[in-house]
Amino acid sequence: MNDMNHDSYVTPDGRTIGPVMMEVQNITLRFGGVVAIKDISFDIREGEIRAIIGPNGAGKSSMLNVINGFYHPQEGGIYFRGEKRGPMKPYQIAQQGIARTFQNIALFKGMSTLDNIMTGRFTHMKAPVWKQALWHGEAEREEIENREVVEKIIDFLEIQAIRKTPVGRLPYGLQKRVELGRALAAEPKLLLLDEPMAGMNVEEKEDMSRFILDVNDEFGTTIALIEHDMGVVMDISDRVVVLDYGRKIGDGTPAEVIANPEVIDAYLGVSHD
Amino acid sequence: MPIWLLNTLEVSINGLMTGVLYSLVALGFVLIFKSSGVFNYAQGVMALFAAQSLVGIQTGQVPFAHLINAITGLHVSRFGFDVPSILAIILTTLVMVVFAWVVVRVIMVRLVNQEPIILFMATIGLAYFMEGFGDLMWGAELKSLDVGLPSGGSFWIEDVTAQWAREGETYWGMYVDTLDIWATVIAVFLVAGLTIFAQYTKAGTAMRAVADDHQAALSVGISLNRIWIMVWSIAGFVALVAGIMWGAKSGVQFSLSLIALKALPVLMLGGFTSIPGAIVGGLIIGMGEKLFEFAIGAPFLGGATENWFAYVLALLFLVFRPQGLFGDKIIERV
Repeated sequence: MNDMNHDSYVTPDGRTIGPVMMEVQNITLRFGGVVAIKDISFDIREGEIRAIIGPNGAGKSSMLNVINGFYHPQEGGIYFRGEKRGPMKPYQIAQQGIARTFQNIALFKGMSTLDNIMTGRFTHMKAPVWKQALWHGEAEREEIENREVVEKIIDFLEIQAIRKTPVGRLPYGLQKRVELGRALAAEPKLLLLDEPMAGMNVEEKEDMSRFILDVNDEFGTTIALIEHDMGVVMDISDRVVVLDYGRKIGDGTPAEVIANPEVIDAYLGVSHD
Repeated sequence: MPIWLLNTLEVSINGLMTGVLYSLVALGFVLIFKSSGVFNYAQGVMALFAAQSLVGIQTGQVPFAHLINAITGLHVSRFGFDVPSILAIILTTLVMVVFAWVVVRVIMVRLVNQEPIILFMATIGLAYFMEGFGDLMWGAELKSLDVGLPSGGSFWIEDVTAQWAREGETYWGMYVDTLDIWATVIAVFLVAGLTIFAQYTKAGTAMRAVADDHQAALSVGISLNRIWIMVWSIAGFVALVAGIMWGAKSGVQFSLSLIALKALPVLMLGGFTSIPGAIVGGLIIGMGEKLFEFAIGAPFLGGATENWFAYVLALLFLVFRPQGLFGDKIIERV
């Protein structure tokens, strides 16, 4: 890695984003004969909102699954805060401070909103089992602390009214919000959002955009997100990486990316005359 | 007290205690179902296997003796020493933990994110495998199990209750098996411990989370393997306790694994996802079938109603309250 990676970086909009947090290097991911991701490299800087875009089947979700450890790439490596990551299980990566949401909501449907978000605190619960069972000092303190964090998130996401409702009963937009809450509860260093606005109406999208910007702003959380709505992407992201058929075809600020002829081709189709 | 009342009381008490034993088996099912969404068909066979292992270790049997003899032409059968009961129970618990580890490593990890029905089929396979494996390891003959728990009627209860009858009537007191009393006490502790564990600890919540969604559980930092091994170990331990109780009552033999069938109506009554449900369900069925036999079955229907009463009751519940008394109502948005 060169020295530039350790310096802050000023975007054309005048926002200062930090040094490189995660570097994805030459990742290739194959399923049998199908190459889902081919030799992709990019980086994510501290404090930025990084968007991954591309047409259907471009390999965006696969990329997120690689970062989060659900998939293990055949080639390439991932550096997290300068250190190369060995082969890790998803739960170990979660413990390292990488939280995520899913394209098709993955919540614990039988549990209440509060309990769901509380599970996000798992990586912060350290008291031994018997102390938890007996509600012994250390466990009690921990529980109260965790509960405070969770309540703050519930306030922040404006979901006080549904805190005791089983999430299976909630409408789609709210479920998405609860899922974001659960990811936030982990106080992640890096937050991965897989299509946080898929299937939402305009108002819900606006709400979600606001939450994402606020999370980034207030908690300073680094966010990598996949999104289809170009308008949203252009509005909220600092830098964008564009994938198409498993290859990277563009990387830069929203303005740079949108001017890139290859990106225009991928989205609008190429005329071969 | 009139004699009919004393008799009813005696039948009820014995029914409740039988119910406790049903609950013990049902509990094993509930634990695994809650935490992995798997209906573990092998629970009954696990109880049999645990009981076989316990007797085998206690009496110093050589595992796989028949197999060894058949292959090598030797005639080994016993090591020639007895293992004390407590130590044997601890060793059997370890056997069940190893068993849990193997099940998770060999079967469960390959079925992450699969439909519940596939996991269910896998446990049917496991049940048949365990049945054969248990016989191969410890032999298929009927064994008697004795871990030193007292059994037989309690004279104290007989003496005390004999005086409750009215003057002039002949009454010899209630028959209550001390083994049943012990089983009840042990079950109460077991259930209290498990309930606290499941409701108030991180591991307990993690268990429920894993049952709900594998991917989501992984993404919040839960290790599926660890939770599964933990759950199967606990289920193995519960199977061991159930195996000890039933084995002490009726001997260790194949039909021990069939008590699992009695757990089904208990689960339908109590709900598949509720630990208290398994207890209450077991008690209702245990007491219900004894009282029904006593009051209606034996005098009017020619007896032996205990064999089917529980299933009829379960059927009624399926029709009118499919989630059971305490089960989670299934909520689905359309």
